[in-house]
Amino acid sequence: MARAITLIESGGSEGEALIDLLYPHFGPARIIGVTGPPGAGKSTLVDGLLTELRRRGERVGVLAVDPSSPFSGGALLGDRLRMARHAADSGVFIRSMATRGHWGGLTLVTTEAAGVLQAAGFTTVIIETVGVGQSEVEIMSAADVVLVVLVPGAGDDIQALKAGIMEIGDIYVVNKSDLPGAAELAAVLRFALRGEGNPALDESEHPDSGHADSGDPNTLPGPVHAPQIRLASALNGSGLAELMVTLEQTEARLQASGELDRRRRRRSATELERIAQAAVRGWLVDRGIVPVDPDQLLREFERDNRGPHRFIRERLEEAIRNGNRLSGGASK
Amino acid sequence: MAKRVRILIAKPGLDGHDRGAKFIARGLRDAGYEVIYTGIRQTPESIVATAIQEDVGFIGLSLLSGAHNELFPRIVELLRRENAEDIVVFGGGIIPDEDIPQLKSAGLRAIFTPGATLKQIIEFIESCQHDRNLS
Ligand SMILES: Nc1nc2c(ncn2[C@@H]2O[C@H](COP(=O)(O)OP(=O)(O)OP(=O)(O)O)[C@@H](O)[C@H]2O)c(=O)[nH]1
Ligand SMILES: [Mg+2]
Repeated sequence: MARAITLIESGGSEGEALIDLLYPHFGPARIIGVTGPPGAGKSTLVDGLLTELRRRGERVGVLAVDPSSPFSGGALLGDRLRMARHAADSGVFIRSMATRGHWGGLTLVTTEAAGVLQAAGFTTVIIETVGVGQSEVEIMSAADVVLVVLVPGAGDDIQALKAGIMEIGDIYVVNKSDLPGAAELAAVLRFALRGEGNPALDESEHPDSGHADSGDPNTLPGPVHAPQIRLASALNGSGLAELMVTLEQTEARLQASGELDRRRRRRSATELERIAQAAVRGWLVDRGIVPVDPDQLLREFERDNRGPHRFIRERLEEAIRNGNRLSGGASK
Repeated sequence: MAKRVRILIAKPGLDGHDRGAKFIARGLRDAGYEVIYTGIRQTPESIVATAIQEDVGFIGLSLLSGAHNELFPRIVELLRRENAEDIVVFGGGIIPDEDIPQLKSAGLRAIFTPGATLKQIIEFIESCQHDRNLS
């Protein structure tokens, strides 16, 4: 299985064949996405969730994504450092992945790697994104349910409100609640995400102050379901059992409303689109219409010195004139 | 696309000094490798499980506590048991010269003592990669 993920990451035809072979077995495992700014405690939280999920008898696969250096192409993958106590547990499989130039918080093949874990019998897959502030929106289409991890601290609340991160979470975890400011941040989130209370006046500082399921979710703001807000300390474990309950309730609600199904279908559509784009690009490269090396394309463009759209269109037209038609079975 | 070289930097044993291990990990990242760092005080079993899950080509072991004669060969032996002996294992730390022959015959491919440079480690990795691509 580890080899299978390597093969898929390498992006060749072998990996593609493997995906097609395993595809019928991709399946019903739940996929939990964990995102949030750098150092918020995502990995530590995943470590805690692993303990909870193992206690429930789940077999859990973790895909932990960290950024590749744009300069050297190398990467320091440190997420599993926080999950070390699960390293020897055969019911846990942790795989670190580098972004390899992909932008959006995940790797190009995260969804396929999650499929491999599912095919291998893991009943829950957790995906941890890179911690890069605002570009983690991809996790929305990769996971069934998204946890956003935030921490109290200077300027954090304001920053959080601005970022797109406020639109992607099903559950907002105010982590490091052992530090000061957690209750305040939770109040700000409750106001911003659920329209509840005025953060300046709010006095409900307890994690379970009854806000969680108040009222009809359809009358609350937010895309489909109003996000939940939970305090936790991943480091000392407090709030994690409650978080698991919230997670299960949220999943149940997403399923009952049909939203889970919509998300999974949207994920498949996104994957198909990605595969189609890669295939078209491969087709262009195979026929020499687009060189493998983007710098070479640039040099030719500079020599041509006309508009970029026209430059590309003429290359395509020339290739088609030469018999490389995109129609019928020729595109195979 | 070329297969990326993945390296596990692991600290078995009881010593908690990981500055050296982290220095090597960062240096290897800057040289273009994907480096996974386990953290301190890992058991041989968890190091081997990690190496297999991460599908690494190399394991670099760092140890200052003096238990290398016991722990390094144990890790090589566990890899063998898991049919993962194609993973190249090298070691570093405070290791007396007289222990090196014994470690090498136990299956460690290289030992880097405190005077070794990052460049030497990278050259070692590259030469192993070269041999691998030939076979
Ligand atoms: N005080 C406190 N510290 C925590 C808590 N959770 C995590 N930390 C610490 O925060 C630091 C970062 O934790 P990680 O889990 O690595 O954070 P991360 O979000 O995964 O970081 P990246 O993957 O690098 O973005 C570590 O030093 C943790 O020990 C918590 O609940 N309370
Ligand atoms: Mg992390």
